[in-house]
Amino acid sequence: MTALLEVKGLTAGYGAAPVLHDIDLSIEQGQIVAVMGANGAGKTTLLRTLSGLVKPTSGEIRLDGADLRTTKVEQMVRRGIAHVPEGRGVVTELTVDENLRLGGLWRSDKADARKALDEVYELFEPLARRKRHPGHQLSGGERQMLALGRALIGRPRLMLLDEPSLGLAPRVIAQIMALLRDLRNSTGMTVLLVEQNVRSALSIADIGVVMSLGRVVTRNDAATLRTDDELRHAYLGF
Amino acid sequence: MDRFIFLTFDGLSRGAVYAAFALSLVLIWRAARIVNFAQGAMAVATAYAGYSVATATGSYWLGFAVALVGGLLLGAGVERVVMRFVDHSSPLNGVVVALGLVLVIQAVLGMIYGNEFRPAGAPFSRDAFVVGGVALLSRFDLWVFAAVIAVVALLVLLFTRTAVGLRMRAAAFAPDVSRLLGVNVGGMLTLGWALAAAVGSLAGMLVIPTELGLHPNAMDIVFVSAFTAAVVGGLDSAIGAVVGGVIVGLLLSYVSGYLGATVAPIAVLVLLLVVLLGRPGGLFGSVKARAA
Ligand SMILES: Nc1ncnc2c1ncn2[C@@H]1O[C@H](COP(=O)(O)OP(=O)(O)OP(=O)(O)O)[C@@H](O)[C@H]1O
Ligand SMILES: [Mg+2]
Repeated sequence: MTALLEVKGLTAGYGAAPVLHDIDLSIEQGQIVAVMGANGAGKTTLLRTLSGLVKPTSGEIRLDGADLRTTKVEQMVRRGIAHVPEGRGVVTELTVDENLRLGGLWRSDKADARKALDEVYELFEPLARRKRHPGHQLSGGERQMLALGRALIGRPRLMLLDEPSLGLAPRVIAQIMALLRDLRNSTGMTVLLVEQNVRSALSIADIGVVMSLGRVVTRNDAATLRTDDELRHAYLGF
Repeated sequence: MDRFIFLTFDGLSRGAVYAAFALSLVLIWRAARIVNFAQGAMAVATAYAGYSVATATGSYWLGFAVALVGGLLLGAGVERVVMRFVDHSSPLNGVVVALGLVLVIQAVLGMIYGNEFRPAGAPFSRDAFVVGGVALLSRFDLWVFAAVIAVVALLVLLFTRTAVGLRMRAAAFAPDVSRLLGVNVGGMLTLGWALAAAVGSLAGMLVIPTELGLHPNAMDIVFVSAFTAAVVGGLDSAIGAVVGGVIVGLLLSYVSGYLGATVAPIAVLVLLLVVLLGRPGGLFGSVKARAA
């Protein structure tokens, strides 16, 4: 079986000095992969490079075997990649409904975009009650629902999530993790989940990847990382 | 009392034009966070083109259409060829480039058409209807109101009811997020400039026949009034631009009517100062976003 996402020797950064060094990463269809690591390890930069916001200086990124490096950012969503950025990327000046519709504007299948929108309102009841509210009035949890829901309207094959748990109560984090697992199970969606909240991320992940100083330092089955005290100590510090 | 009524109607018809022109400044501000100081010169350039076609073909309306389409093209061109390459990390850069553009456009117009006033005809009579001895509005004034109301309505519909309007707003507020959602952000910016310049051209076609005629500097004074209107309204708000335009139009009319035309420019500057000191965000400035 060939990987859905295949990253080889990826080097990228913002100026002259690279932030990511020689990253190799392979993700199979339907996997949930958790990327962990200290602040500044390069997790966000990795996601931004995958979705084209940061241009790699060398290395390969392939989706289903096709080169992604020359794909424009605005084309990524058409290739099936949804990137929910750090801080969630709710457009605070737009209403909840406008934010969600924005997630489906690129789609040519308008009927299914409409259906997906209804599904999101069903899935996230609080959003349905706040359709006309501007984004800046939403709570942190509601914003996370909005960002996730907006991504789901594109029916992505690969979801890139940057710290969805940031600033949320433990109960809400657990709900979001359960939702991601359910979505994967029901739709076969692949998830690349960047998380500081290691326990939550490992609770649903199949694979755990630890980054440090722009490199992948270990890649293991999540089950192993959960249970092997020595490994966890060495790489995750608890 | 008659004088007051006359001045009020006069102020409203001036205000409508300032509103349209302020709207064009607001459109660019919302799309690109630039105050386009070249808007007046761009509008004049398209008015020259429009009147050239009108004279050559004998059809005012063909010339009018050429001016508006010229505005679309000139706006798109300025964004694509000039503004796109300006480093916008400092807000002043865009302003300086816009001012440079004013000099270039006015010099080119002077070379092609000369620096004297040329007559600019109006499509409707400018003789006011007289009601009870008071000169109220002319047919041309009614045309100005209708055109401005139509353009405001069309813009509101565009931004609130259409997919492209939603894309334009999202692209302006959150470019990276919009790109991740498949929006062609660069294209939306070009479209924003094109629309804004076309609205500016419309304002030019509405105001130039009421002033001394076509001249490379014909919109300079109008620009100051419209800029004040836009700032009074909050720069960010279309409604604000319209209300600001009416306020400035009435102010100018009353001040020049009761105190003399020479005082009018000072009154505009005083208004600008009062608003900036008292309510720096303008009357309709947007609400601050909730901190993340
Ligand atoms: N826009 C930028 N310009 C220059 N350097 C940047 C930029 N964004 C991030 N960096 C640098 O790149 C490195 C990696 O940052 P990145 O945001 O990818 O880390 P992260 O793992 O996501 O951290 P966190 O857990 O704090 O979100 C850091 O040293 C950071 O200073
Ligand atoms: Mg980060």
